Amino acid sequence: MTQQHPFLALTDSDRDEMLGMIGVGAVDELFGDLPDSVRLGRELDLEPALSEQELFAHVAALAERNADASSEVSFLGAGMYDHYVPAVVDAILQRGELLTAYTPYQPEMSQGVLQAIFEYQTAICELTGMDVSNASGYDGTSVAADAFYVAKHATGRSKIVVTEATNPQVRQVVKTYAAGFGLEVVEAPQRDGTTDPDELERVAADAAAVIFQQPNFFGCLEPAPDLVSVAADAGALPIAHVDLLSLGVLEAPGRYGAALALGEGQAAGNFPSFGGPHYGFLAARSEFIRRMPGRIVGETVDTAGERGYVLTLQTREQHIRREKATSNITTNQTLLALGGLVYLTWLGPQGLRELGETCLSLAAYAKQRLAERAGIESVFSTQTTFKEFAVRVGRNAREVVAAARERGVHPGYALGRDYEGMDDVLLVAVTERRTPEEIDRLADVLAEVCG
Amino acid sequence: MKLIYEKSQAGRRASALPRYDELPAAPEIPEDLRRNEPPRLPEVPEFELVRHFTELSTRNFGVDTGFYPLGSCTMKYNPRINERLAALPGFARLHPLQDEDGAQGALELMWRLQEILAEVTGLDAVSLQPAAGSQGELTGLLLVRAYFAARGEAEQRRKVVIPDTAHGTNPASVTMAGYELTPVRTDARGNIDVDDLRGKVDEHTAALMLTNPSTLGLFDENIEEIERIFHAAGALMYYDGANLNAVCGISRPGDMGFDIVHINLHKTFSQPHGGGGPGGGPVAVRKTLEPFLPVPAVVRREDGGFGLDFDRPQTIGKVRGFTGPFGVFVRSYAYLRMWGPRLREMSETAVLNANYVLARLKDAYDLPFDRLCMHEFVLSARTMKREHGCTALDVAKRLMDYGFHPPTIYFPLIVPEALMVEPTETEAKETLDAFCDAMLAIAREAADEPELLKEAPHHRPVKRLDEVRAAKQPVVRYAFDDALERVEAPKGA
Repeated sequence: MTQQHPFLALTDSDRDEMLGMIGVGAVDELFGDLPDSVRLGRELDLEPALSEQELFAHVAALAERNADASSEVSFLGAGMYDHYVPAVVDAILQRGELLTAYTPYQPEMSQGVLQAIFEYQTAICELTGMDVSNASGYDGTSVAADAFYVAKHATGRSKIVVTEATNPQVRQVVKTYAAGFGLEVVEAPQRDGTTDPDELERVAADAAAVIFQQPNFFGCLEPAPDLVSVAADAGALPIAHVDLLSLGVLEAPGRYGAALALGEGQAAGNFPSFGGPHYGFLAARSEFIRRMPGRIVGETVDTAGERGYVLTLQTREQHIRREKATSNITTNQTLLALGGLVYLTWLGPQGLRELGETCLSLAAYAKQRLAERAGIESVFSTQTTFKEFAVRVGRNAREVVAAARERGVHPGYALGRDYEGMDDVLLVAVTERRTPEEIDRLADVLAEVCG
Repeated sequence: MKLIYEKSQAGRRASALPRYDELPAAPEIPEDLRRNEPPRLPEVPEFELVRHFTELSTRNFGVDTGFYPLGSCTMKYNPRINERLAALPGFARLHPLQDEDGAQGALELMWRLQEILAEVTGLDAVSLQPAAGSQGELTGLLLVRAYFAARGEAEQRRKVVIPDTAHGTNPASVTMAGYELTPVRTDARGNIDVDDLRGKVDEHTAALMLTNPSTLGLFDENIEEIERIFHAAGALMYYDGANLNAVCGISRPGDMGFDIVHINLHKTFSQPHGGGGPGGGPVAVRKTLEPFLPVPAVVRREDGGFGLDFDRPQTIGKVRGFTGPFGVFVRSYAYLRMWGPRLREMSETAVLNANYVLARLKDAYDLPFDRLCMHEFVLSARTMKREHGCTALDVAKRLMDYGFHPPTIYFPLIVPEALMVEPTETEAKETLDAFCDAMLAIAREAADEPELLKEAPHHRPVKRLDEVRAAKQPVVRYAFDDALERVEAPKGA
């Protein structure tokens, strides 16, 4: 006889009683509405069920076949970063009451997650200088597409501009979405590592929105206020794609006039986890509040006059507005956004500024050491960079990556994967987790493999 | 309860960061790009942080807390081993741009998951990339577009057919994909009205989007006829996998004739719902649609290794960064391996549980479609409202006092005062009985003491919240210095 499955509870006598109550003789009769032609009629062709112990052994063996940031010294960034995630994040996210709840449709059952989202929205607004934040989007790519949907409806225009120095994954995803939205996507070129406002002006006419990344994909600081002015003068919504962890040292997008600010939240409180799950954040000026996609939590009172929180402005959303909704998003990334809130609370304003300064200093140190020890120079040497910078390595960067990895160091991202003429360019990311000793080791390894 | 911002005191902090001596000075940030005013993040010591979020968790209810029969959301048990596995450094600290030879274990897990999902759905090829069910829907519709564009029928086929019982995401996705909506009615037995359908499907139809079993918890008895109608018209069939938990190992969407399916990993395959997410929305398709799937595809190479294939000239592109929410894949893969072919028992038990609860409740509430159900069912509080003035909302709020999370209410839209109950396969008979006893007690209370319902909940951290006020006067962030004035204003007002 088959052993009872650990995730089931019914005994044979339970089953008999229940079938009796229903008034059928066997479980199979419950499926009487299924025509024979659509029935599988055989067992699923899957490997037999594993016990927990067997499962652990199997999956742990798979995990061990990966080279992660604990097994090699990694300078890989390009949108995902190896920042430290403190233990308090794990502890809070593993609270079953938060982990195993769903969207707080019934607010009296869900004040914990609702208040947390309200606090998260506040943190995102503080960091970005915006008035309203949603409860999260899927990631840093899909929130850009969400913002374009806002811009399309806010302006009635059908062209969007994305700078070439914006993360290639973001550009690819917005192009996919644009096919459905009926939007044309135009790129504004980069010159010497940043976007030239004059060149942006040439393509921004009649655009619904202009999106740029700050710091950009090469790690360089864009002339963000100038790009915003160009977009605004053209009647396009200026949208800033930003790194939350830069916003202790870099100006808030709201302060230089961006209409929306968004980005990938992974760096702030989530593990890289081979690409997800993470959270995309999306914030806007108050005039766009009723065009925002996704969940928004608002403050209210209960019948006793006590403060409480609820999902609000739901007439924007798919379950009410259906085909006229501002987005189809339902399930979002609440738990990961909660991780972001816990992390940002852990950092606090001082920690955030110190983290930004440490990244700036370590990256400056790395540039210096690569030049001194390996004769490797920055590609965009006149630009200010944050935690990431591009260097020319004198040979195919993908080969450099492979050779360096054999020596236990992942030296960065080969930019030739996305940019023409950059086959010999490596994008090096330096977070606070990389010590000066590890940076020295990178320089030595690169001296060896590039020489 | 105070907000974390209200517990903040300048100068406190929970973090201590590494300090590296003898680093060069940080480069000067140009004045117009530099931040001068710090963001008002909370300033608390680490133990206050932990206490704050722990207290928040005590004001929340999850599957780990108790019975959560939220219809259409499949709130089943989320095994703890999945969390341990997803947190292994080889997964959690693995960079998505790692070279393929340094990510073989992750790629193999994804490839194995794709193979399992193909078998469970009865289809040929799977993309794990979409981040949630809604994104899976959009991906599916973009696949439909690409398929007809390749056949030169993009301009001709502009319409997508959706029954009136559908989730709101379906019509929203149709608009986002640039299609027009063709709604179709539900018949008296709760199936798609086939007569209505026949008149609406023609050479302009691109696809059907159908949830089967439907949001009424009913398997469409005319599925064979529906399949004939769409395929005869040259249209495609899209299966919204929201209710896949009813039929695993029993009936497969591919065998029902569907060409594209999205699967909700957070519903059927136990990714914890996380208070609203994350999810996972893989898409499975027939061979004819495989060339259009998102890039990169996770493939098994001839040498037995695993890799990412970007060379798909007909692809719709990317819908999300990298290859999808990998941590979700770890959890769902683990879950699927703990069931194997016994998935059938999972679905059978989910259906048995639902029918048992339905049998116990159907005399106390209205049952709009008097049939056996699948994994969920929809009752109505219409009579209760008419006779006692108590609504589905009141029932839901009163259930909280009995210690249960309420069902989904007011959905599907075609059932007035709807109460949509999905027990899932999780739950002992004792729990189901306790829930039924509560629902029956509430039905009696509605007749005897309706105020008990109308003033519910009585035993939650807050009483009934004013959702209208929240929408009319939106306060969507803490106001800091202004807060004092705002909170105290009502006294004098």
